[in-house]
Amino acid sequence: MVITPQRNIVSRTWGTSVGKKTVIATTGAVFLLYVIAHMLGNLKVFFGIEAFDAYAQHLREIGEAIFGYEGVLWLLRVVLLTSLVLHMWAAFSLWYKAKKARPIGYQHRQRWEGSYAARTMRWGGVIIFLFLVWHILDLTTGTVNPLGGDESAYLKLVASFDRWYVSLFYILAVVALGFHIRHGLWSAIQTFGANSALKQNALKTFAFVVAAVITIGFAIVPLSVMFGLVR
Amino acid sequence: MKLTLRIWRQASPEAKGKMQKYVLDDVEPDMSFLEMLDVLNEKLVIDGKDPVSFDHDCREGICGSCGMVINGNAHGPQQYTTTCQLHMRHFDDGDTIDIEPWRAKAFPVVKDLVVDRSALDEIIKSGGYISVNTGSAPEAHAIPVDKVSADDAFDAATCIGCGACVAACPNGSSMLFTAAKVTHLGLLPQGQPERQTRAINMLARQDELDFGGCTNVGACHEVCPKGIPLASIAQLNHDVLGATLTGARSD
Repeated sequence: MVITPQRNIVSRTWGTSVGKKTVIATTGAVFLLYVIAHMLGNLKVFFGIEAFDAYAQHLREIGEAIFGYEGVLWLLRVVLLTSLVLHMWAAFSLWYKAKKARPIGYQHRQRWEGSYAARTMRWGGVIIFLFLVWHILDLTTGTVNPLGGDESAYLKLVASFDRWYVSLFYILAVVALGFHIRHGLWSAIQTFGANSALKQNALKTFAFVVAAVITIGFAIVPLSVMFGLVR
Repeated sequence: MKLTLRIWRQASPEAKGKMQKYVLDDVEPDMSFLEMLDVLNEKLVIDGKDPVSFDHDCREGICGSCGMVINGNAHGPQQYTTTCQLHMRHFDDGDTIDIEPWRAKAFPVVKDLVVDRSALDEIIKSGGYISVNTGSAPEAHAIPVDKVSADDAFDAATCIGCGACVAACPNGSSMLFTAAKVTHLGLLPQGQPERQTRAINMLARQDELDFGGCTNVGACHEVCPKGIPLASIAQLNHDVLGATLTGARSD
């Protein structure tokens, strides 16, 4: 009897296009849960400086007894960073494969090209990544923040959004994030095999609603600073 | 009807092709699209020129041969219709119509509008079948199939393998084709023994054959002459995921 060597689960997954999509979908789900928690945290800004800064401090103290000061935060950062590397690696690999699949394009532009969200997944993702770099330098490390790194989180936020171009960039980025979630969430459900002809419209609507809520939930903060509601 | 046609002409697989302009003065609205091309070719032959090569066979919308991209649309502007079933009444007098072959690395152009779609046969060979010992056919009523599975399997089985899904996909992916076969066989009792290995083997073959990966855009479903649902891709993903987790293998 011939026994062919069986590949392990990592190469089985990474070795197929659907496997890579599953990686994108799983890491995307991690981001989605994080982004929802992040948005809810942001909304604490409407309860004033004490509530917001206490929340920021609390994030550093969660589970301190076991993981130490900022332990949980760093654990989260490692998970997010690993997810980001896998998410982008798999996506770029499939992007490259798709580029190779049609070396000669059409003379007459394709009439049906899919939703705007679907068409902008790749470049939109790149834009979100670039925003992320700025966002961390601005509000986490404070490198590009007018107040620097050691100020209160609330004051850093207000100082940053007081610059209209930063607010505009932030709002554009969360709109891009909204589009990414709009197609990404539905696409992930499809990748996990949970779609059916009957459920398809409901699932797409669900993804749209989640994306809209997240976009509004984020954009409302810089808008409130711009219009003087949060000082 | 008077029409201006811009058709992709390419003498051989290696030759450099280009869009060539033709004017037809006497197109009847009741002609099918292929009959309109027949009229053009008759004129070209009379003038001593090389007629436009295009694939066709049944001319009744079930063989899947007659694929071409018409004004940026695989199989033309009418939904759920193959090129041979498309009629000239859907165009207006004076229209300019661009006609191009399917564009994908996996579908090399043979001549003009004819492409080699053998890559789809390769995917079928890797798992688009059920293995049964031959002999007298079993009693058909002996294996019950529930109505929903029967209907969904039938919907998937209507795929004619024309390749429009590949032509329209922004990633040049044959996912809808492969998914239709996997869904068709995977929903029926006879397809169960090979269900998981079929899904991973057909997907692996598709990945090898210069096709891109699926990003769930849905252009394939929009142009599919048989309207294969996008959800069949979820069925394929489901079976692939199961096979990946359990490590299903065929030998």
